Formats: sequence, C-alpha cells, structure tokens
Amino acid sequence: MAERSFLEEVKKLRTGAGEEFAGEGILAVTKALLQSGVSYVGGYQGAPISHLMDVLGDAKEILDELGVHFENSASEATAAASLAASVHYPLRGAITFKSTVGTNVASDALANLASGGVTGGALIIVGEDYGEGSSIMQERSHAFAMKSQIWLMDPRPNLTAIVDSVEKGFQLSEISNTPVMLELRLRSCHMHGKFIAKENITPAFKLKDAIENPKQDPARVVLPPASFAHEQEKIQKRWPAAVKFIKDNKLNEFLNDGTEDIGIAVQGGLYNIVIRALQLLGLSDVYGNTKIPLYVMNVTYPVVDDEIVQFAANKKAFILVEEGQPDYIEQNLHAVLRRADVSTKLHGKDFLPVAGEYTPAVVTKGLLEFIAKYRPNLISNEEALPSVVKPAAPRIKAENIHGRPPSFCTGCPERPIFTALKLAERETGKHHVSADIGCHLFSILPPFNIGATTMGYGLGSAGASALQSKDTDRATIAFMGDGGFWHNGLTSGIGNDVFNKNGTLTVVVDNAYSAATGGQDLLSSKAENEIRSTKHPIERAVRGVGVKWAKTVTNTYKVSELRDLFIDALKKKDDEPKVIVAQSECTLNRMRREKPAMAKRIKEGKRVVKERFGIDPETCTGDHSCIRINGCPSLTITDNPDPMRKDPIATILSSCVGCGLCGEAAHAAVLCPSFYKTEVISNPGIWDKFKLSIRKSVISILQNGIDKRLAKIEAYA
Amino acid sequence: MAIVAMGGEGGGVLADWAVDLAEKRGYWAQATSVPGVAQRTGSTIYYLEFMENDVSGREPILSTMPTPGEVDIVLASELMEAGRAVFRGLVTPDVTTLITSTNRMYSMQEKTAMGDGRISSEEILESCEAASKRFIGDDFAKVAEESGTVISASLFGALASSQALPWSKEDFIAAVERSGVGVANSLKAFERSFEMAKAPKKTKSTPVAIEIGKRPEESKPTGLSPQEELALISNPASGVGPALRELAERIKSEFPEPVRIMLVHGIKRCAEYQDVKYASQYLDRLARIKDRDEKLGDGRYQLLTEVARYTALWMTYEDTIRVADLKARRRRFDRVRKEARANDNQITQVREFFHPGVEEITDTLPGPIGRAILKSNYATRIIERVTRDGLRLHTTSLHGYLLLYTLSRLRPLRRRSLRFSLEQNRIDTWLDQVFDTANEDYNLAVEIAETANVIKGYGDTHKNGLNNFNSIMREVNQLRAKKDSGAALHIASLRQAALADESGAKLRALLSTSA
Repeated sequence: MAERSFLEEVKKLRTGAGEEFAGEGILAVTKALLQSGVSYVGGYQGAPISHLMDVLGDAKEILDELGVHFENSASEATAAASLAASVHYPLRGAITFKSTVGTNVASDALANLASGGVTGGALIIVGEDYGEGSSIMQERSHAFAMKSQIWLMDPRPNLTAIVDSVEKGFQLSEISNTPVMLELRLRSCHMHGKFIAKENITPAFKLKDAIENPKQDPARVVLPPASFAHEQEKIQKRWPAAVKFIKDNKLNEFLNDGTEDIGIAVQGGLYNIVIRALQLLGLSDVYGNTKIPLYVMNVTYPVVDDEIVQFAANKKAFILVEEGQPDYIEQNLHAVLRRADVSTKLHGKDFLPVAGEYTPAVVTKGLLEFIAKYRPNLISNEEALPSVVKPAAPRIKAENIHGRPPSFCTGCPERPIFTALKLAERETGKHHVSADIGCHLFSILPPFNIGATTMGYGLGSAGASALQSKDTDRATIAFMGDGGFWHNGLTSGIGNDVFNKNGTLTVVVDNAYSAATGGQDLLSSKAENEIRSTKHPIERAVRGVGVKWAKTVTNTYKVSELRDLFIDALKKKDDEPKVIVAQSECTLNRMRREKPAMAKRIKEGKRVVKERFGIDPETCTGDHSCIRINGCPSLTITDNPDPMRKDPIATILSSCVGCGLCGEAAHAAVLCPSFYKTEVISNPGIWDKFKLSIRKSVISILQNGIDKRLAKIEAYA
Repeated sequence: MAIVAMGGEGGGVLADWAVDLAEKRGYWAQATSVPGVAQRTGSTIYYLEFMENDVSGREPILSTMPTPGEVDIVLASELMEAGRAVFRGLVTPDVTTLITSTNRMYSMQEKTAMGDGRISSEEILESCEAASKRFIGDDFAKVAEESGTVISASLFGALASSQALPWSKEDFIAAVERSGVGVANSLKAFERSFEMAKAPKKTKSTPVAIEIGKRPEESKPTGLSPQEELALISNPASGVGPALRELAERIKSEFPEPVRIMLVHGIKRCAEYQDVKYASQYLDRLARIKDRDEKLGDGRYQLLTEVARYTALWMTYEDTIRVADLKARRRRFDRVRKEARANDNQITQVREFFHPGVEEITDTLPGPIGRAILKSNYATRIIERVTRDGLRLHTTSLHGYLLLYTLSRLRPLRRRSLRFSLEQNRIDTWLDQVFDTANEDYNLAVEIAETANVIKGYGDTHKNGLNNFNSIMREVNQLRAKKDSGAALHIASLRQAALADESGAKLRALLSTSA
C-alpha cells in the first residue's frame, strides 16, 4: 500500500457536473481523465506524479464502474508501449511518469507510437521535475516532443486550465493522429486550487469491443516502406491538422494585445510567474489585466507560425519567457520571423538567464531590463521598484547555514547496510561502488560517502560492468533497489553480469516497497495486495537468470552478520556474479502499520514490549564516532551535562523507533559502551512482576552501598 | 506565506489547515509545495497565497513561488531552517513576520565533527531578529512533543496568536477540528503555543544578560546560578562531601578564585574515580602550573583552568571499571526510566552493548600480566575469540547487575594495572611540556593544555586520538625549537583539524603543508 492513502480524496472523483472540485493538481488531472472518457491508464510512479498513480490505485471502485483499465506499469517503457491500444482502436488512453527520466526510458516506445500514429487519443502526462525540489538531471521534455513529433501542451498553472487541456489534448491527438504530451510542472502537480467539474464519461467504444474485433494494418507498423510513409504523413497531414485545431480552438491566447508596441510571449506554465513579475513592476493587476500584450503558448510544440507573425506584426520587439535550455522555442521563433521577413526584434535569453529555474525574482529582473530598453516610461520611479530587483547582501552569514539534503529516515533498514559495508571495507580495503536510484542513493552523502556514480534507475550493476579486471583481487560493488531491480536491473545488470562473466557483487536493497516514490507495492512486496500479485522473491529471480552465489539477508539490522557476509563475498575473486538481497521492511511503512496496532494492544491490556535506545551521558566522550557510521536523524548531539567537558555528547531523541542499529553498530565497530537499550513493558505479567521484585531488592541493597560512598564525596543539597 | 520545514514534520498538514481556514473565510487560497525526495528529512518549503474573493467571481492569478521581499509570513519548524529562509531572502525587515521554533535539529556536518561543530544559535537568532519586521521565536517543538503531536500544531497556534492573518482564534481552531485527525493533542499544542507566542522568549527586543564579576573563565555555562557560583567560590567545601572537605579547604587556601569551581569538580571526579588520595594527587599536579600562571598570566588563569580541566579528565580515563561504576548507579537507573517516560504500571529493562577489545581487557589487568598477554599471540587470540561477538548485558537482571557491580568494585586493582602507569606517564609528560613552554610562550602553553581534548573515545577512536595528539606534540617541539611566534595559532588550527575527522586526514594534510 502506498505511503499516502487517497481513499478520502477519491470520493472527489465522483463530483458531478457543475459542482466545484477543490483539491490538488494531480487529483484534478485524474478527474479530468475520467471526464474525458479514458479507457485505460498506465504509468510509473515518481515525484511529482506519484500521487496520480496512488489516487488511481485507491479508485478501483470508480474505475470498475467506468470500465477503465488501470495498471502500475513495470516501467515507463511499458506504460508508453501500452498506448499501442490507441493505434488501431478509438480508445482514449493516458500514461504518466516523471520526466525527463521517465521519458528517457519510454522514448523507444514513444518513437514507435509517434511514427505509426494513433486513432484514439493518446495522452502522455509528464511531471516535469525541473528546478527547486527536483531530484534528477536538469533537462527538458521538449526535446522528446520535437524529435518524435509529439505535440507538447504546457497549460497555465491553474486547475481549470489544466483540466481543460486534458480534454483538449485528447481531441488534438485524435484529430492529428498524434500522441500528445501534457507537461505538468512540479508545483502544478502539488498545487491546491479549484475548478468546476463535469460528469464522468463511460466511453462508447469499450476495451472489450477492441479485444473482440482485432484489427491489423501493416501501414501502421514501423517497418519499411511504411516507416518512410509515416515521416511524410507527419509533415503533410498530421502537422497541418494539429495547427488548424490549435488555431480554431484558440489553445494559445492573445491577451491585452494592442495595448503597447512591445510584448511578452510565454510558455503557459510560466504565465503566473510573468503576471506576478508584471504586478511587481506595476504593469498588471492580480487578475491578469496587463499593460503589455501577452502571447501565452499553452501548446509549446508545434509552434504556430501564423500566430507568431501575427503577434510580432504591430510590435517593435517582444520577449520570450522560456524556461530551461537549450532554447528550442526561441530558436524556432527566430526562424519563423526570419522566414516571414518580419523585422520585429525578438528577445529572450539575452535578458533572462540561459539556465536554471525561472523564479519570480529572475523573471522580474529580466522583464525590467527588457521594458527599460524599449519603453522606459512604463517603469515607475526607482523607489517604487520591488526590492527583488535591487541588489541585497544576504542577511545571515553563509557559513551559518548548512545544507540539509534528504537522508535515510529514523530506523531506516537501509542505513545498516552501509554501516556494514563501511565496517567491511576496514578489512577488505575500499571498493568502487556503483550506485543506483532510490533512497539507498543517500549513501553517497555524509556520513557514509559510499557510491561513485549513478547511471539511472536499475542501472547499478550495469554501471559497474566495465570495472572488471583479471589483474586485481579487488571486487567491484553495485547497489540496486528492489524498484530498480524489477524496472530493468534484473536483465540490464544481473543478466548482463551472468552472460559476460562479471564478478560484480550486487547488493539488492529489498525494503518491500518502491519506497523512494512513496511506498508503492512491487512484485517482491511482502504485503497482500487486492489488485496486484506480490510476494515474488528477488533471489528466485536472480537464480532464474543464472546467478549461483545469491544470499538473502532477512534482517539488515544485524550489522555484524551483514559485515561478515560482505567480507565473504568480497574475498571471493572469480568471475561469478554475486548477489546479496538485503531485506528489511521500509520503516516508514512499517511504523504506519505497527504504531496504531501497538497502541491498540496496550489499550486492550495485553503485554507489549516497546524498545528504544539511549546513550549514557557520563560515558560518552563526545567523539561522535557513532554518528559517523550511522547518521540516524534521531541520533544527534546535545550539550554535555558534564561540567568539565566542553564538546557536545551524542544523544538519542524520543523519535527513536528502537531499530537497534546504534547498538549493533557500536557493537560491530567496537566503538563505545555508552549505548543501551531500554525495554518498556506495558501491562507486565505476574512473572514479570515477580522477577522485578527479586531484582529490585538485591540491586537496591548494592546501590545503597554505592550511594553511601558517593555521599562522602559529593555534597547533596 | 512560506512554511519552511524538514520532511516528515507535518508542513503539509499545516498548509492544509491554512487553506481550509482561508476558504471558509471567503478567501481564494493557493498552496504549492516541492516535496520530491525532501520528504526524507531534507529541507522543504510550502508556499501559500491568499486573496479575498472577488465580488464578480474573477479568479486571481497567484504565484507558485515566493518572491524575496514579498513574503508576509514565514513559519519555520527549526532555527537553521529559519536562517535558511533569511539567507534565501524570504525574510525581509520591511514586510516579514518570522515565526520560528528555536530548537535545533543539527545538520550532519554539525553532528559528525569530532569536537563541537555546532553553529551558534545566538548568531542565527540575531540574524533572524535583524532580518524580520516582527520576530516570534520560542521552543514550539518542545510544546508539540509535550502535547503528543507534531510541530505543525504549535506553529499554527503561534500563527493565530501573531494576528498576522486576518482571522480569529476560533477560525483557526475550527480548521484544526475539521481536519479530524489527532484533534485533541493538536489543540493542546495550539493553545499552549498561542499563549507562548504572546510573550515569546525571543522577540525583537530581548534584554541583554547582565554580566556579574568573579565568574570563572569558561566557554560554557557552569549550570549554576550566579549566586551559587559565588557561594562555591568563596567556600569550596560547601560543594563537596565530608571525605573531601580537607581538599576543598586546600583549594581555598592555595588556588585563586577563577579556577575554584573547576577544581571542585576535579577533586570530586578523581575521588569518585579512584579515592581521596588520587584527588589529592590531582591538586599536587596543578600546584606548579598555578605558580607559573600567577607569574605569567593576566590574572584570568586561563592556563590553569584548562590544565585543571584536562588533567582531571585524563586522570579519570574511561576504563572498564569506570564504565561499570557509572552504569551501576541508582541515579542512572532513574534517568533511564525517566527518559523512557515509563509510568508506574510499566516495567523498564536495560541492556548494554559491551565490546571490549583485547587491549581494554589487558588494560585493567595488573601490569606484568597484561604485558605478558599482549606479547603472547596465543593468549590474545583466545581473548579475541571469546570477545568477538561482544557482550550484551542485561543490566536489570540479577546476574547482569552482579557482573557490572563486581567490575565496578575492582577499583583497588586499578593502580597496579597496565594502563594506569601508562596514563600517569603520559599525563606527566604532557604537564612537563605545558610547564616548560609557559615560560617561553604562555599562549602556546594554553594550546598544549587544550590539545589533550583530541584524545577521546574508546578503542580505535581513542588510538587515533592518541596518534593525532602525538603528531601535534612533535610539531610543538619543532615550533619551540624555532621559537616561532605564531606557534599558538598554528597549534590551535592543528587541534581543530584533528577534531574535524576521525582518520586524521585533515591533520596530516595540514602537517604536510607546514613541514
């Protein structure tokens, strides 16, 4: 089950025609899909669109009523390939994933899909993970749209516009026989807002109709000569059809045109930022009544040449606000103007930053420069300008602010794996470690500093494949998560190692969920899942592709055992790939389940033992070695209560979930005797109480003796 | 309004309450966030804009990102996150009300330093106060914890209290109630924070603490009130038990006022560790340093204070007997129980994680035996095999406690142990070094005294510390030979480097550049 339950929110998907729908952007998109009569939805979870998948997962009942097929695709490529259902049949289908990483994976299928073209509407909803909060390389999905000729919509960031573009996207796809990509920016996905809903639609042509009446047409398959015909068709038929639809339906907006002889062209997704910038410069109100004409490109590919020429026609100059690089649209507009022989000056990344996120601050500065050049009279006096365009020194010393990157949660079962590896390396020496994508990638940061590269999801072993040599005894290590393993790592990494006789040690971190994307279930999840088939062990899969040395560790908190296993594997120098499946349940998910259950048992009067760890302040010398091999958020430092010592000591916060790593680590690393485990027994039994009374009486006598001695030394107030 | 927090702190819940509240009061509300992987304890930000509903029903166009200079309210769940908001320009003196919890969640960088790597909270607070129009800072995290909820509830209370938003307390409470989850505890924290924020500990006009005279030269507070400090300085005997009265009187007659508190701690520590005689030896060791400081120092006795501190800490080095002694005490049992928040109907049990190395065992044995074992491969291997998996000791069980107690009673053996003579020699060599250097360079002598701090921890950590200490001392000798005037500063930087990482890499790098 996913980290967040949407059972409450899912009810909103039933909102009827004319009623107001208030909620998150991603939920609105889901509702828009149902209003558009979608027949099937697939996708791969990942921020910022994880919630779209989670919502649909919790919406089984509604989906069943409407006859919608929903799957958690094995990868983005699987999702993209599923759009094949719209090639021959008038079925509307949608897929979603994180971009550009997901689009990279999907691009093979997308290119094939776009070549043959579609009959039913095919919508690719990409969560554009760009700018602050992004967890991936900073690239643009725009490139994929251009290379495969897929139309790209980038609606204004308000729910009404986003919901509209889902419906319009399907129509555009159908009329131009082309898949359509809907780009949702990071913040739009998690944006709270409202729109007026429509009724959900059950499609007239159903999946069943397609399955029972199969079609075949070699003209739609990418094989010569059809593939050559596809290219001509794209240019001669599909492109003009799309442009006509975009113009007829006014998908791009001319706003307040004619007010000035300069203008601003903007990607739809950046419209709100531009309005805010103009507001700050005194050139717009909050309702978008600007003093400068705007051309809002809600469709950023293809560019509608006529509209560009039309917007430029009565202007001295206009500026394009296009986020990210390369500046595909700017280059395109230059070509359009040049070919049409229009002399209007086009600005863009000469006033705005070439790279990086377009925040209100940078857009305001860029627009100010542009306007100052052409219409300085529009700019109010210096004092009235917003402070953001004025230079300001930071109001706090930079060295007082430390970076706070994400890290392993309190009690995370992945942390001990890296503790064990760090300890193993004390014996075996340092190894090259190829990392993967997932929570386990946090190992590259302090305090572990493990992991040299990451080449993509599931590519941990693949990234280690070249570092093989007969001239050394040192093995290469690769990490992979269970998510990446099932996504492609089984074949791209493990199978590859078996076939090429690579001796890499691959550690598959199996926490029973696709944890980093929000705790979704996987093939190897331990949980019962009503709508999915789970409990397929990873070790069985790797043995299936020919791995002979495979071990599954079912309790990663046993640091010493894991360390010894690492040493054992690393000392075997042969060309046999080795796989360690390091298994323990994601603690976020486990606590979500167990905390309420434990509280309930205590309430019922049952004997419950709750564990937590502690550190004796008297014996801790404040060297923090324990933190350097652990890094748990609840293992931290505090003032030294010892009046003679200056340095802070280690301490454990009450957020400790009692996972036991600090004790195990102190133990395995022969660190320090300060750690202890406290067991709090609620509703103790008679036997507990009996033992306690005996112990108490003996211990108490001995402690009286100690106290007596101390009383001679210390003064008691 | 920006909410800056760390993943998992309930920033999203806080944003939801605010949105619900605004919508109920006839405002258009837009909230955005950038979760991504930041939900895993990293920094994260929620951004909200509110706009009174338009009479003609027009939809306002609101920003999805904050603009420096235009943020009215910043709520921060932690002090450094508040500082980060200041650094990003989200907090400005002309418009921003900054409400922050003043607690610290230390960064990895602060936590992993060998010594004290913490950023000064005072400095961050000063910046926050200066950067904001209005500043409300107090430990709202503590209120949340005590109320059994998370910080979103207490920050929401402080927000209501600040009246930075145009809605009443009742409106705020109603929003929490509508959310329906953990309402009782949330409201408890809300109410307490609402009151706290009326007169927070930190506002824009915090009075400056008054300094009083005769206080010890200390870099950290003694934990005593100024009155208690003065009482202890004028009568050291009031701070010790009957067995130490005599030594306390000696402190009064022989040692100057600024070091007396440190010395009282020192004799208690040594007596507890070994016996009264040992405490007396402690004072003996300090006598000649006192003479030097009297002659050479500026009257603040900085050298003597540091020597007094580190001599006591070194003399009470952590061996098995000491650890057992500290863990067997009643006050420790009480502390553990309190920490676990066990009520009267619950039983607490404590388990220790011991993992003595061969050396820690031979350390405690009488010198000749210890040395013999260390020389014998056979014997060390047997010990290694026996201790390989370490010892998990159930302290609250009978046999566990008896073992611990017996260990703690081995105190008399200590004086004849291998390590005891080793440490006494090291201490005296170091003191000689301090004493000799003081004549030539007072500040360098202080640095040598403080360098004792790089020896800490157990096992390998302790060994590395000792190695680092020795390399610094070799450097001291060279500097003294060269009569280098910048010696003290140089040693201070070496000491800091030694505390920067455990492996000593930074120290070695620094030593190689200076060589």
